[in-house]
Amino acid sequence: MINDNLHYKGEPTNSLEVTDSPHLDRQKNEPFGQALRKNLFGNKKNTVLTVLTGLFTVFVLYQVVSFVLENSWDVVYIHLRLLMIGQYPLDELWRLWFGLYYASLMIGLTWGLWRGAGKAVAFTFGAVYLAFAAVPWTTLNTSLNLAACIGLIAGGYVLGGKIDRLKIPVLVLWGLYFPLTIGLIMGFGGLLDPVLSRYWGGWLLTVILASVAIIGCFPLGILLALGRRSSLPAVKYVCIAYIELVRGIPLIMVLFIGQLLIPLFLGGQTGLDNVTRAMIAYVFFAAAYLAEDVRGGLQSIPSGQFEAAQALGLNKVKTTFFIILPQALKAVIPAMVGLFITILKDTSLVAIIGLADFLGTARRISNNPEYLGRYLELYVFVAAFYFIFCYLMAYVSRYLERSLSKGSR
Amino acid sequence: MEETAGTEKLGTVTEDSPVIIKVEKLNKWYGDLHVIKDVDLTVRQGEVIVVLGPSGSGKSTFIRTLNALEEFQSGSIEIDGIELTDDLKHVEEIRKETGMVFQQFNLFPHMTILKNVSLAPIWVRKWKKGKAEEIARNLLERVGIPEQADKFPGQLSGGQQQRVAIARALAMQPKIMLFDEPTSALDPEMVNEVLDVMRNLAESGMTMIVVTHEMGFARQVADRLVLFDKGEIVEMAEPEAFFDHPKHERTKLFLSQIL
Repeated sequence: MINDNLHYKGEPTNSLEVTDSPHLDRQKNEPFGQALRKNLFGNKKNTVLTVLTGLFTVFVLYQVVSFVLENSWDVVYIHLRLLMIGQYPLDELWRLWFGLYYASLMIGLTWGLWRGAGKAVAFTFGAVYLAFAAVPWTTLNTSLNLAACIGLIAGGYVLGGKIDRLKIPVLVLWGLYFPLTIGLIMGFGGLLDPVLSRYWGGWLLTVILASVAIIGCFPLGILLALGRRSSLPAVKYVCIAYIELVRGIPLIMVLFIGQLLIPLFLGGQTGLDNVTRAMIAYVFFAAAYLAEDVRGGLQSIPSGQFEAAQALGLNKVKTTFFIILPQALKAVIPAMVGLFITILKDTSLVAIIGLADFLGTARRISNNPEYLGRYLELYVFVAAFYFIFCYLMAYVSRYLERSLSKGSR
Repeated sequence: MEETAGTEKLGTVTEDSPVIIKVEKLNKWYGDLHVIKDVDLTVRQGEVIVVLGPSGSGKSTFIRTLNALEEFQSGSIEIDGIELTDDLKHVEEIRKETGMVFQQFNLFPHMTILKNVSLAPIWVRKWKKGKAEEIARNLLERVGIPEQADKFPGQLSGGQQQRVAIARALAMQPKIMLFDEPTSALDPEMVNEVLDVMRNLAESGMTMIVVTHEMGFARQVADRLVLFDKGEIVEMAEPEAFFDHPKHERTKLFLSQIL
């Protein structure tokens, strides 16, 4: 390597080793093929590296493709419904389809109205729908529903692109999305028969748990973060005690506490099922971590911002709401999204309190003697699904961060 | 010292002008450090006071006590007839009447220029959004940057940002403007655009207290000059007397160091 460095001193632009940028080093107006040849085969060392990495890539790809082709995957598609929605009653499936229709339309509209990261979300959802609709073992009914979802995304996009006035209604509809679909899935107010949470399972349960935890921990975490900086000692120390206590306990234990202690405190007949108790545990657990992330953001705001707001006559609440929080939250988007991704994956821990989430369902299926030793296909499928959605969250957060920092230094 | 008030520098303040700021026997400590010592100051409506002094002399701390950004331990401050106490209502009233411009601008980086200027009128003065934005645009016109209304602070030069900060303070229609070293953080070529705005403001009859090192501005615009040293007012005089016939040795030394 030392020799190499000496050797390349005179011609730094020609070597992959010396350039800082991982991108193809390409001169203006240089044809792509020529640039590629120069970068990959420009000299002896690069040629050797190119050949070696090429061989390795081919080997890995071969292994992956043969794994996909050699396995029959029937263990996945036979249990696909179980993996996706658990034991949700077939007669009530329309509720889930409605939720999916609603989401698809909203994603399409959002993409059409605001462009930006909506495109990636729309394409990812579209691709997942398409993959499920196109594989031969999906029933015609499901395929048609999925096709309708793709149609709704496309329709929403066209509509959103044409009618700019829809921005506010779309925001309102997004706000209503969560309460409406959860209400629909549970059944509410005597209008719809309740579907007990013990029938929820698979990806459906994972998504519901993660959404409740993320949406619920947000206001609670912000309040805790603000409380921790309060000038009232009582508020401050209660918040510190809460945050440190929860952060000092493993999540599994918080889940157990939720299962065992909530009924104990509230009396046995509270009617809180174990899914609700798990939700509460997740919300309270995640809030402590979110509070610490937000606190970091609050601390990064220079004191001049407080002073300027005070000098203008804004009181504490207005200063916090208009000046401090927006900047603090923007500053901690990466940390918050990291937390949200962790929450999504940590919902898999509910398996230990007897709930059948996405991963838990896969584990139960793999325990079935009929499919003994077929767990690899299942877990690859589950991992891929988790990855797609976690990566999507990370991507959207990066986009959000970029577009929010527009104009500010 | 009060008899020096009411000169005719810019023709806006007279002997009959009502007193708008009255500071008596003001004292402030940071722990054991006595940073403001028995300061008295009476300001009439329309008067422009320039506060000079070496760094650490307490001049910034002093004007920050006037709108309750700093606490004080003894003495009294009365602004437009309102006594500054711990009572939050009084503090809020006084802050409505006093605009402040900071050395570091302190614009809100996440809001457009127009929002920066119209935020407080909407949420503190409770004006309708349309009215507040119209006034904001007029003020941006007045400080010479109407075309920047929809940009963000980070896209503006230092001088432009400071002019926005002045417009933002003026949008609350204050009776008094406090300037805490408004040009100290600026590149030299941007100092004048900010001083011009301040000069116009003084000519329009605004009561101003300005902490600055800009001697040209002080001589030309101030009705009275105040020299702070070690937390005390050493000398207070009209510009001519202050620059040409200073009474105190400390003032002579200060002037010899900066001129």
